[in-house]
Amino acid sequence: MLEIMNWLREPWPWYIAGPLLGLTVPVLLLIGNKSFGVSSSLRHVCAACVPAKIPFFSYNWKKEMWNLLFVAGIVIGGFLAATVLTNPASMVVAESTQTDLRALGITNFNDLLPHQLFSWEETNWSIVLIFYVLGGFLVGFGTRYAGGCTSGHAIMGISTLQGPSLVATIFFMIGGIVMTHLFLPTLLQFALGN
Amino acid sequence: MNAKTIDKAPSEEKGLQLLKYLIVGIFFGLILVKSEVVSWFRIQEMFRFQSFHMYGVIGAAIAVGMLSVFLIKKFSIKTLAGETVEIKDKVFKKGQIIGGFIFGLGWAVTGACPGPIFAQIGAGYSVTLITFISALAGTWVYGRFAHKLPN
Repeated sequence: MLEIMNWLREPWPWYIAGPLLGLTVPVLLLIGNKSFGVSSSLRHVCAACVPAKIPFFSYNWKKEMWNLLFVAGIVIGGFLAATVLTNPASMVVAESTQTDLRALGITNFNDLLPHQLFSWEETNWSIVLIFYVLGGFLVGFGTRYAGGCTSGHAIMGISTLQGPSLVATIFFMIGGIVMTHLFLPTLLQFALGN
Repeated sequence: MNAKTIDKAPSEEKGLQLLKYLIVGIFFGLILVKSEVVSWFRIQEMFRFQSFHMYGVIGAAIAVGMLSVFLIKKFSIKTLAGETVEIKDKVFKKGQIIGGFIFGLGWAVTGACPGPIFAQIGAGYSVTLITFISALAGTWVYGRFAHKLPN
């Protein structure tokens, strides 16, 4: 039993985690005819809290309660993974990525998220504005404009052979590559004050 | 019209019946963190083409999803409530290109797509609560101006 727990605490390889994540598609379809997707939950929260008579938010969000419970579950799952099943060892980031990011001022590679950017102790106003406020806004605006995120388009959409989802996924990647290689170096240097 | 062709109205689930979605969400969030998909570093590795991990995770998830949907359709597997599985077709629109690109920009900054934002909050990275609130703001602003954007 202890061995199983120790094994579960280690990072899960892609060939275990990927198929398990993919099973979410048939599980949601079969337990309640639901199409897997996460970003819609943001729309439902807007519709529930600040609909402001906007047509896009004027619908019966209570019918989408399943989706809100699903994302509440993700929060709980994240908590369990970081407490009961927490990884005793530090994160192993690819050497080449470490080299690239060191050149941009990232110094600590031990945790899932860089401590310099994602902790209350080390954060500063430019990090807050760029990495949480701007980044989060782009994620919320972009996913809704695209009609889905990595779950709804990349996994659910491509699994069901939807052309528009393949297009969306390609543009997710292009956006990420453009940000990483063109803008992120400047943003990181600005935020970290180097 | 033959009565057999009339679909019965989809059942609406309430209260405790909805708990099963919470449980699926818990497993989903657990896997997101344990596979380190929620890691800012893993997303950087992906966009820099320096590790196979994220491509493996997403690729394997799509493969399993595709195979399952194929089997569900081939054997006409019904839902728990006995309904036929319904998958809505998505329609091409400019949003998949423009919005997709914008989301990609944000994904590389936050290191998180929407699922991982929830998982990061749960895993104790509480600064990402600000990311979540800002993502809500982005969604709201899209909804407010959706009719003025190219679609």
